[in-house]
Amino acid sequence: MTTKKPITIAVSGLNNIDSPGPGIPVIRALKESTIYDVRIIGLSYEALEPGLYMHKLVDKSYQVPFPSAGTEALMERLRYIHNQENIAVIIPNFDAELSNFMNLENEILQEFGIKMFLPTQEQFDERHKANLFEFGKKHDVKVPFSKMMFNTSEIHSLQQEFTYPMVVKGRFYDAYIAYNQEQVATYFNKLVAKWGLPIIIQEYVFGSEVNVTAIGDGNGNAIGAVPMRKLFITDKGKAWAGISLDDQKLVEIAKRVISSSKWRGGMELEFIKTAEDEYYLLEINPRFPAWVYLAKGCGQNHPEALIRMALGETVEPFDKYEVGKMFVRYSFDMIVDLKEFEQISTLGEL
Amino acid sequence: MIHKIREWALIGMFNRMRIKKNIAISESGFIFNPTTGDSFSTNPIGFEIINLLKEEKSKDEIRAFILDRYFIDESTFEKDFYDFSTLLQSSQIAEE
Repeated sequence: MTTKKPITIAVSGLNNIDSPGPGIPVIRALKESTIYDVRIIGLSYEALEPGLYMHKLVDKSYQVPFPSAGTEALMERLRYIHNQENIAVIIPNFDAELSNFMNLENEILQEFGIKMFLPTQEQFDERHKANLFEFGKKHDVKVPFSKMMFNTSEIHSLQQEFTYPMVVKGRFYDAYIAYNQEQVATYFNKLVAKWGLPIIIQEYVFGSEVNVTAIGDGNGNAIGAVPMRKLFITDKGKAWAGISLDDQKLVEIAKRVISSSKWRGGMELEFIKTAEDEYYLLEINPRFPAWVYLAKGCGQNHPEALIRMALGETVEPFDKYEVGKMFVRYSFDMIVDLKEFEQISTLGEL
Repeated sequence: MIHKIREWALIGMFNRMRIKKNIAISESGFIFNPTTGDSFSTNPIGFEIINLLKEEKSKDEIRAFILDRYFIDESTFEKDFYDFSTLLQSSQIAEE
């Protein structure tokens, strides 16, 4: 009998809500690791993130400052948390917090010895929604034409480059399909209020949405890639159910992107597959998706592979996954003692 | 004449249709396309026809089998087979 190695891992993205963060699925995959006996430290931003109260999955939680508070505040908070918990690896799961963690990656390693396995700033920037069209040209992947928009006065001139419908996307999250100028203006204001500037206008491509959860080793090797099609989509466009696909063309495109960009860490690639079997890359999310637990269900434990690589191990690429595995989400009411809410709200830890 | 040509064309269609190799079909008539993630269910006759197509039977052989087994006239078979074949192709289950 082999003994699993004890390890403490801090994970953010505990917002397991209708537009879920990837934290809880990542934690579930880690808890089912065959190599590590994992103690999970949850990093939360809000006192009502459901993961805070999932004590079977999250052993201890700490509030962390919002990304807008900057790197110094984050460093100070991590100093305190690390003194209590002796963290070995951090997996940040929010797009909005990644910049701070990437900027601090060396400092966190030097001062605390905590490891992370993140994309480089250059990789993070070039796959940004605003730069994706150029990214596609560079890495030989079809991307719908897109451009940034900073002011509603630009709406009228959009017709010179786009036809309706067009997709209006927020800087970090959310996207809407607009069928006329009025809708573009409405969505522009809505997205700016939530995520700030710029707004991205993207050509609308008709087809079915297929996604890939993947992980790269930073040297051009795709360690794992599992394609999925959403079977049930919420009004926020999130997958409530999905199924793993036998789509080798899609896997090859994902591997090509990882190889060409030398992607380091977890990622999600979102594509539209047209009726002519053409794939258009819509978005690259620079972290695991909220459905990453499906990869574990298909035989590829991507979060476990990420921990191994963060710890400096060489990981052999997965060579297969199970096709036709489904995930179906559900909502679940936890009964929570007010004391717990009080504790995380006032003391910042639970 | 035009009508006749169209009829012949229809009869000639789907003569070499085959079920895609990776399509999974269970005994219950549940069909899964692992490339697209789509799933369907078919009735017992549909299930029989799909299995005959999987065995690479020609349309003539399938017609003979169905007419022999079921109380159905040839023109109804032609119409239903055409509809079913179109559905199989548009669902990316079969190809010519």
